[in-house]
Amino acid sequence: MSHETGVTSDGRVQLAGSQPPLLYPAYTSTVLRAPSRPLIRLPETFADLAAPVYGYMAVSDADADLTRQHDADPQGERIIVAGKVVDEDGRPIPGTLIEVWQANAAGRYIHQRDQHPAPLDPNFTGAGRAITDAEGRYRFTTIKPGPYPWKNHHNAWRPAHIHFSIFGPSFLTRLVTQMYFPGDPFFPLDPIFQSISDARARERLISRFDLDLTMPEWAVGYRFDIVVRGRNSTPFEGRV
Amino acid sequence: MSDPLKDLVASGSQTVGPFFHFGLTQGVSGRIADSSARGEHLRVRVRVTDGAGEPVPDAMVEVWQANPDGQYVEPAARDGRTPPPEFRGYARQGTDANGVCEFETVRPGRLPDGRGGLQAPHLCLCLFARGMLRQLHTRVYFDGDSALGDDAALVRVPEDRRATLLARQVPGEAGVWRFDIRMQGEQETVFFDL
Repeated sequence: MSHETGVTSDGRVQLAGSQPPLLYPAYTSTVLRAPSRPLIRLPETFADLAAPVYGYMAVSDADADLTRQHDADPQGERIIVAGKVVDEDGRPIPGTLIEVWQANAAGRYIHQRDQHPAPLDPNFTGAGRAITDAEGRYRFTTIKPGPYPWKNHHNAWRPAHIHFSIFGPSFLTRLVTQMYFPGDPFFPLDPIFQSISDARARERLISRFDLDLTMPEWAVGYRFDIVVRGRNSTPFEGRV
Repeated sequence: MSDPLKDLVASGSQTVGPFFHFGLTQGVSGRIADSSARGEHLRVRVRVTDGAGEPVPDAMVEVWQANPDGQYVEPAARDGRTPPPEFRGYARQGTDANGVCEFETVRPGRLPDGRGGLQAPHLCLCLFARGMLRQLHTRVYFDGDSALGDDAALVRVPEDRRATLLARQVPGEAGVWRFDIRMQGEQETVFFDL
């Protein structure tokens, strides 16, 4: 099996290393927040695992355009982020809530605890919501976020990213992840990104520039497809 | 070049980070059931602490549960324009500076365990936080419940750790239950692999 490609000897894409461990000391905040005892398997027969979950949150079409939430245009590079949500059997996931949140073009979050001395943008909040259509597709218009410094280690910077939260049909499919941009110089230095040990699985979190999504004289398109767990899928610990 | 739609392996989880509130929990209610919903009304106060025993002020807690009849409800309209039902079966909250968040709900009923028995009433709880690269799942049972003895999940838990899964009534506060999540260390909460 090759660590370069993340493909097993029989040619299948490997599962091992596709999810991060709970304890990853290079990301220092995991040290006091990872359980020390093994997780306990729940019986697969529990209906809880297939139970539908979804918050009753008001979602309008306007929520998917993060550049139109204030009086004027936000600063930065306008982008389209779009893709498809499917499960591991390739089935599209329609009608599911996707929530995104991100820093502004200067790498600053609107959150009050973000102390990075970069400017806030009065025309950018950085939060959006969308519901996937019948084919599992979603689409956001936003601003390309900047990288920002954090205190994990000396001179630590996060690669530019957009946070994604996806429900899918049940709690088995619940996923919180981050979408990255191609060619980011911080990839090799970022312990959060590197916590996923399989190179191919890391690559799947990097969006792809897409000329077809790109709108002439308007916005650059990035494609980010998301896969949630399938109905009879391997439990998490088998993927770490 | 890998393509998620060709690889068809679940996308890797990444931490929710420290700054999720404005995207996920701001203005969101902790009401799983309204006061008009049928059932025994409870408030469940969840407190999250880390391996040093310090409160975790930047966690997100999601709870889902069966209704008093032991059934999970399929959410009806997902358009955000339809008013929510009295019993939603789901809510999420961010923890405050003391690591605490609270949910209003009704005691769930027992539901089949898929192998001929019934589960004890419980809430399913999912924890996210900075410093967690992926979410953790646990289950909240109610101290003193007569069904605890034959719950198919609890029997898988070593006896000396089962108490970590019990919510306890708060003395002097009628209908308020407290559930402590200790992420690590002494009395570490039991977490489940799904």
